Amino acid sequence: MNVPYAVEMLNITKKFPGIIANDNISLQLKHGEIHALLGENGAGKSTLMSVLFGLYQPEEGEIRKDGKPVKINDPNDANALGIGMVHQHFKLVECFTVLDNIIMGVEPVKHGILQKEEARKKIKKLSDKYGLAVDPDAKIEDITVGMQQRTEILKMLYRENEILIFDEPTAVLTPQEIDELMQIMKNLVKEGKSILFISHKLNEIMAVADRCTVLRKGKYIGTVETKNTSIEELSSMMVGRNVSFHVEKKTQTPGETVLEVRNVTVGSKSHHGDSVKNVSFNVRRGEIVCIAGIDGNGQTELVYGITGLEPLKEGTLTLCGKDITKASIRERNIIGMSHIPEDRHKHGLVLDYTLEDNLILERYFTEEFTDKAGFLKRDNIRKYAERLIDQYDIRSGQGPVTTARSMSGGNQQKAIIGREMDKQPELLVAVQPTRGIDVGAIEYIHKQLVQERDKGKAVLLVSLELDEVMDVPDRILVMYEGEIVGEFDPKKTTQEELGLYMAGAKRMEVKV
Amino acid sequence: MRDFLKKPAVQTVIASLVCVVVGMLIGYIVLLIINPSGAGKAILAVLKNFMNYNRTNLKIRNLGNTIVKTAPLLMCALSVLFSYKVGLFNIGASGQYCAGACISLYAALKWNLGWFPCLILAILAGAVLGSIVGCLKSYYNVNEVISGIMLNWIMLYGTNAILTTVKEPTTPYTYHLTDKAPQAILPTLGLGKLFAGNKYIGIAVPLSILAAVLVKIILDKTKFGYELKATGFNRNAAKYCGMAEKRNIILSLVISGALAGCGAALLYLAGYEEWQCSLASVPAMGFNGIAATFLGGLNPIGTIFASFFIQHITTGGSHVDLSMYCSQISELISSLIIYLCGFVLFIKFTLNKVLDRQNGKNGGKN
Repeated sequence: MNVPYAVEMLNITKKFPGIIANDNISLQLKHGEIHALLGENGAGKSTLMSVLFGLYQPEEGEIRKDGKPVKINDPNDANALGIGMVHQHFKLVECFTVLDNIIMGVEPVKHGILQKEEARKKIKKLSDKYGLAVDPDAKIEDITVGMQQRTEILKMLYRENEILIFDEPTAVLTPQEIDELMQIMKNLVKEGKSILFISHKLNEIMAVADRCTVLRKGKYIGTVETKNTSIEELSSMMVGRNVSFHVEKKTQTPGETVLEVRNVTVGSKSHHGDSVKNVSFNVRRGEIVCIAGIDGNGQTELVYGITGLEPLKEGTLTLCGKDITKASIRERNIIGMSHIPEDRHKHGLVLDYTLEDNLILERYFTEEFTDKAGFLKRDNIRKYAERLIDQYDIRSGQGPVTTARSMSGGNQQKAIIGREMDKQPELLVAVQPTRGIDVGAIEYIHKQLVQERDKGKAVLLVSLELDEVMDVPDRILVMYEGEIVGEFDPKKTTQEELGLYMAGAKRMEVKV
Repeated sequence: MRDFLKKPAVQTVIASLVCVVVGMLIGYIVLLIINPSGAGKAILAVLKNFMNYNRTNLKIRNLGNTIVKTAPLLMCALSVLFSYKVGLFNIGASGQYCAGACISLYAALKWNLGWFPCLILAILAGAVLGSIVGCLKSYYNVNEVISGIMLNWIMLYGTNAILTTVKEPTTPYTYHLTDKAPQAILPTLGLGKLFAGNKYIGIAVPLSILAAVLVKIILDKTKFGYELKATGFNRNAAKYCGMAEKRNIILSLVISGALAGCGAALLYLAGYEEWQCSLASVPAMGFNGIAATFLGGLNPIGTIFASFFIQHITTGGSHVDLSMYCSQISELISSLIIYLCGFVLFIKFTLNKVLDRQNGKNGGKN
């Protein structure tokens, strides 16, 4: 009991206009432990970590390092105290080597000349010690995401940080890479480092963390030892009620083909090759087909091709029997395609428009909303928006006239889902529809997808979340480097098997 | 009080006033540095503009002159504003303005056309020029600022060359419309009587105000405005939901060009000024339009007042005592004030930040 905590955050309160992001939250990190910070989106995890990292100043509370109160005004202070962070989106220079990235900002110099050999030795020593295998001379753009993450970890170790914060580190990794990361984290604490691990994936927390602090809606809920708790207990602490993780759906036989993708090739914007290579598959009525794979294996481009955001280089598309290979986006919409886009801020919403103006984005031109002279029918727009808000439970500060930007991520997504489903599409293309959304809303969205399927619509789901891939669809297609390398029945496969195909270790012939 | 300060319209007015005051202060400081003894008088002269004259009659007539030049400025400001709503910066308004001046004067003096066809030709010329920039932008992703500036110079020298054929033999100016082409003079509608017999004031003034109101209606009430603003706020989302964003970009620049071209005709067909064929720089009208757009808080109605103010300052500059300052001073002072007018959005942003911070503090107390 006399050993002081590595880091203590005591009674931290941080307010933003109209919201208390952190309400009297305390967090104590012991030396040499892995401490998980669990909470839904908007629970205040990121705010709390930003306070620790010096990006925000709390209104109340204090931070102690090894028992002594400290003031952290900016990230430089945090670094000086030995606090390092691996951000969810890596902060690496793509065209630099691993070594250059690691020493950036703390370059060893003698008389103004870089001493790379010295740095190389130090990095070699560190990577041997912790089992972080990387090639220091490889360029970041050429190595895998897992390698990039190791580079970020080495960056912290090179700076001799004692307290390591991992912000959702497994989101971008394959199951195999996740296992490796877990091992690395265990090695790190064995050598005396302390780790704060931000996550909302319960099984990972159970597997690797010693203790877990749970936040909900800005409030501290409790800290538990993982060996004395269960996934069910953690999840009800996080959400405040019991959540069903399994998606209920009846078996049904799919009907006729709605979408036919044949030999589709889509070029790449970032390199000379093709992002999607000769892909063919069908989506039929009453089935959910899921494209699984690790981020960046051509899923985004495939969806762009199908929805018309990018032209196809080769191949054909047929929707409801009509050739849509060269059809405009609006033509595809009218034939019966709805699209829940991957990036709701980039494509899904006009953030500076009001909620009602966003809800009519794809039908403002119809007779219902525009008169013959080209004037908008504001009354009808209001009525329509109010109906969707009611039906899809879209919550916002001022109802239809709320600016989309000021809405929470979950409600923005609900607005998009409401808009897309209300079109009564024949085909629903949903790309990572639950990304960055809290558990309660995820459950709701999954139910909506299944409901569409039960109504006899075709659903094409693209997902990076393995739990979603296993639970929601009727059929899984795995994409690797722009090709479909496997087709699975979710009932007859395992996450591990999918992982091998997603990582390119195995592949099979897939016939349409 | 805070609720009042949070209203966008109130913020725009406050921010615009702050910009104007800061601009005048800096202008004053510059005058102090150059010649301290005359600074106070000089800045007052700029601000007073038509009030510098002694007789009421002259005051009103000169107010009329300022208004005559406000109309084209307002059209240029609307031109900049319209494309800005689609996320484009129409710095080519000056070139479109040149094109309008060129074709309207040429049609009036060479072809002896009436004012109406001259006006329409000016609108078309501006529109054609705008479409070039628009097509380059949407099909080849050529930055509209670069292609706009290039076209400005091409149009300036093109206009000089073409209008040389209709200029006075002894001066660099084109013929007076009153002498050579009275049929092309814009109808005055008897408005001159309101301004102590100012013979230049006429249909241009109501036309430009009507244009501002029309722009406001198109942007706020119509399907077309809805599409344009969506494209301006988020081009990707506009594409995603099936709007023809390429067509919208071209169309908005065509309309922008038409507005600027029309503006030029409203000035030159009033007979107030002749084109100077030895001009070596693009007329300031298009650039001042940018300032008027921002000073007016990107609102077509606000732009009416902002245009008047900027024209007021610009004309006022000519009243500075030239025995104390060099002849460029008038333009220096007015351009300083105009430059500061561009900071309206920045002031608005700062104001919002301060209000939010206060809000946060109060929230803490509750």
